[in-house]
Amino acid sequence: MGIEQKLANLGIVTTTLEKAVNWSRTRAMWPLLSGLACCAIEMMAAEASHYDMSRFGMELMRASPRQSDLLIVAGRVTRKMAPVIRRLYDQLPDPKWAIAMGDCASCGGVFNNYAIVQGVDEVIPVDVYIAGCPPRPEGLIHGILTLYEKVENERLTKWR
Amino acid sequence: MVQLQEVTLDELKHLVSDRAIQGETMLLNMGPQHPSTHGVLRLMLELEGETIINCVPDIGFLHTGVEKNMEAKRYEQAEVMTDRLDYLNTVGNNLAYCLAIEKLVGLDVPPRAQVIRVILAELQRIGSHLIWLGTQSLDLAAMSMFLYCFRERELILDILELVSGQRMMTTYIRPGGVWRDIPEEFYDAVQQFMAMFPTRIKQYHGLLTKNPLFIDRTKGIGVISAEDAVAWGLTGPSLRGSGVALDNRKTQPYTGYEEYDFEIPTRTAGDVYARYECRMDEFWQSLRIIEQGLKKLRELDGAPVRSSNRKFVPPPRSELGASMEALIHHFKLWTEGFDAPAEYVYMPVSSPRGELGVYLEGNGSNKPHRVHWRTPSFVHLQALPVLSKGLLVADLVAIIGSIDIVLGDSDR
Repeated sequence: MGIEQKLANLGIVTTTLEKAVNWSRTRAMWPLLSGLACCAIEMMAAEASHYDMSRFGMELMRASPRQSDLLIVAGRVTRKMAPVIRRLYDQLPDPKWAIAMGDCASCGGVFNNYAIVQGVDEVIPVDVYIAGCPPRPEGLIHGILTLYEKVENERLTKWR
Repeated sequence: MVQLQEVTLDELKHLVSDRAIQGETMLLNMGPQHPSTHGVLRLMLELEGETIINCVPDIGFLHTGVEKNMEAKRYEQAEVMTDRLDYLNTVGNNLAYCLAIEKLVGLDVPPRAQVIRVILAELQRIGSHLIWLGTQSLDLAAMSMFLYCFRERELILDILELVSGQRMMTTYIRPGGVWRDIPEEFYDAVQQFMAMFPTRIKQYHGLLTKNPLFIDRTKGIGVISAEDAVAWGLTGPSLRGSGVALDNRKTQPYTGYEEYDFEIPTRTAGDVYARYECRMDEFWQSLRIIEQGLKKLRELDGAPVRSSNRKFVPPPRSELGASMEALIHHFKLWTEGFDAPAEYVYMPVSSPRGELGVYLEGNGSNKPHRVHWRTPSFVHLQALPVLSKGLLVADLVAIIGSIDIVLGDSDR
């Protein structure tokens, strides 16, 4: 009924700008190749052949923050590393997102002491927290899909 | 709150040469976020053109305060911290710590538990070497090796998950034995791995050993003589690549390694390629040990896996309903733990990287007075300036991979 149907016959799909852009943002989100500790090994495992994160548009990890959209804080953030993490986050071009992977990055984990920042959200804004010490690669993939859900529902007026 | 002291630039001038201060040579910062530094290592490089004149490692970006945290926990609680030190060798860290406790308090370990420990430690050694192989070749632009190595590593993690419920941070080895007996599927899983892995090692050799690109970037790079390697405190495969057959499994056998028949592979060239060959040979030796271990394990089927010394090891659940004494022991151990005498021990084990030592000092209470880890990565990092002097920046990447550092191990 109506114009959509006629256009579909011509091979044209109508949608809103909001939906189209949000969808495209989730389909090629490049994470920053930056690992801190144990979780980085599980992050590498998620990237490697067995879990194959390229199924979710993430086959490319960029070593430069200027080419990436997503900062996965994988591991414990120490007081010495915290300024570096902040700087990396600042260098990501907008729109950018951050995932706190693992207990240490989320809340300090088992290390409640002088050296560890009790959660990376003291330094940078975090979109998704993943529990586990370390989280399984499935956990990371679930966290990323949760982030995708969030991105797909972002409103045009709130775009970063 | 203690105020941190600011360090002025003048105080750091001794780290670099006068030529760098006058601007004749270039100072380049590498890391802490760099794909080839294997973690959060920062290197300050002094370059003349592309040649490295000096290299100053800056560590501590992963300083976790593990040693201090362990002092605030009871002996058996502190064990979860040990997993997170060297996160590629979690079982080995548990083993070193538990052996230190057993040495300190004089606790016996049943033979079956010792065999399980050896098998898991060797599986972990293969797993750690797989990560080393994958990342080292990734740094040298052999991307597919990374994918193959992680594929095999998943099988080892599956075995660890089978016995302990966790992929990486197992905490399966406990003071006085292991957490509980292995499930029946363990034998099949290890046997399958053993049947498959030799063909995979041959595949790795096929991809790298005679690959001219790989040889060009590794042979004659980062050479260190046997005397220098000993003087700089290198251990493990990094030392054996220089021709010194030193291994704690042979020199100070622990947890029953003296009963196994295996060799210490060595090479004499002392370069990156020699260290690569040593580690590749260790795959075969680890497989040999596991095969002997499985045979021993079959003979010891049904034997206990935890010490019967109830002062240190909690009684099995089944005894609690019937025995008052067991209930008391259970309660005591889970509320206040066990006390250790005011003595100290040093327990070195052979981690995949080298000599991993635990210095453990008790003070008569249920918490350690001091725990110190002698970690191979920390010691190996001090040799990095020596190894890389006069080489190109691209060679430095190969050298960092070849001394196999883990920053969690080094910074603690």
